[in-house]
Amino acid sequence: MTYILQQGLNSLQLGSIYALIALGYTMVYGILTMINFAHGDLFMVGAFLCFLAATFLHLPFVPTLLIAMIGVALIGVVIERFAYKPLRQAPRVSAIITALGVGIFLENFTLVFAPYPQHVPTLIKNTTWVIGGVSVSSLQLIIIALSLVLMVLLDFIVRKTMVGMAMRAISWDKTIVPLMGIPLNLVISATFAIGTSLGGAAGVMYALAFPVIDPYMGIMIGWKAFIAAVVGGIGNIRGAMIGGFILGGVEILVAAFLPSTYRDFVAFTLLLILLIFRPYGILGKPRPQKV
Amino acid sequence: MSQGNVLLSIRDLTISYGNIMAVKGISFDVYEGEIVTLIGANGAGKSSTLRGVSGLIPYKGVITFQGQDMKSIPADKIVAMGIAQVPEGRGIFGNLTVLENLKLATWSRKDKHEFPKDYQRVFDIFPRLSERQGQLGGTLSGGEQQMLAVGRALMSRGKMMLLDEPSMGLAPVLVREIFSVLREINQAGTTILLVEQNANMALRIASRGYVLETGVIAHTGTGQKLLGDPRVKEAYLGG
Repeated sequence: MTYILQQGLNSLQLGSIYALIALGYTMVYGILTMINFAHGDLFMVGAFLCFLAATFLHLPFVPTLLIAMIGVALIGVVIERFAYKPLRQAPRVSAIITALGVGIFLENFTLVFAPYPQHVPTLIKNTTWVIGGVSVSSLQLIIIALSLVLMVLLDFIVRKTMVGMAMRAISWDKTIVPLMGIPLNLVISATFAIGTSLGGAAGVMYALAFPVIDPYMGIMIGWKAFIAAVVGGIGNIRGAMIGGFILGGVEILVAAFLPSTYRDFVAFTLLLILLIFRPYGILGKPRPQKV
Repeated sequence: MSQGNVLLSIRDLTISYGNIMAVKGISFDVYEGEIVTLIGANGAGKSSTLRGVSGLIPYKGVITFQGQDMKSIPADKIVAMGIAQVPEGRGIFGNLTVLENLKLATWSRKDKHEFPKDYQRVFDIFPRLSERQGQLGGTLSGGEQQMLAVGRALMSRGKMMLLDEPSMGLAPVLVREIFSVLREINQAGTTILLVEQNANMALRIASRGYVLETGVIAHTGTGQKLLGDPRVKEAYLGG
């Protein structure tokens, strides 16, 4: 029982990181029906900004987190303006190829400055408590709590604010949005800023939990978070959160009961089976084609 | 019929899609307080003209609103200047509630304290919308969606409302309801430019009308005059 509780806690930690990244994929897909395949690499940039702020500026946790989130958001907005916006009318595949290219650029740009894996200093004093046989670390709690706070905040923005309403309107029909007096490009930039900043926050948390980082760390995690977004229903915000936690849970549980080399194999098989029965994901709905 | 000053002035408007010229150098004015209608068959250039005015597509020629040249002003700023468009096919956001659809149209307004009054006005005009405030736009009937589209245009508090075929796909009883509301809105001070294929209904409420044929203005006159014009009768009013 304590074993299950322990693994449950671990899956919450991993799941919240996946969920934060998955949100970035799903938000961008929601408004532009495009998969931003550079998003995993923006997560990596977030980890590196955390490393830079902590190592060279000796900043504590909160300013480091803010620097990483704002830095990644700015990069995300710039990428959208210069790489994706010119392709808005182009076939979707062109935008996707561009996104892959941007991702490779980010990896290699980082590689120039960090050819070797880097060690991220400890920013949060790691205290571990043992409660009923389950060991709980302060870092784990902070990661889970902070992710939940960010997700609740995002949910609030999307559901209650004018910008959030405009984002949802764009996802329905972006040609009508300017007729409401809404500057389309500004809302798209805001979406990129928010979505990528969550990826940046995930990068910081990941770097603190697994403190050896390298420029390719975003590839596999990015793919996994993308799959989490699809499992939850791509374009659906709450779906991305659920998908992230499901993926984290499945991965940890598989590794808990089977040899850990089976982890990805079994986890993804399960997810593929889920998609056979729910092809639009858990919360996704088929959209009627407009004629 | 012309009351007051020129609100919208269009000179030599030309709109092309690639090699196809949809609007071929038309000119007309809309005066403050009028209902002006553009009628004509499919592909006559009516919708293109509206889309040019609202800044959705590039054009050649000059469009001025309250004397200000509108060229290269983006569509969202044009709304803030006072032109609200009810788009073709209504353009309701089906994933937003009725109230959210209305609220979204207040984006460029600063006078928050005035919003409740305007919501109330929309709900007074269309009590059906009031009952369905929390319902998603996509679950409304066609008629209710058209009411919402008009209500949304009211929420931006424009001086002028452009409507692109509001009668499309609606039962005759609903068309009459919408048109009588348009007349009320006009009497309350909003100038209207109405694009319609339902020439009969449009000309009845219009101060003036323009008949577009393949991108040029073929006939013009007061609504009454066009209704009685044998050429218009034959081509657009079913003989």
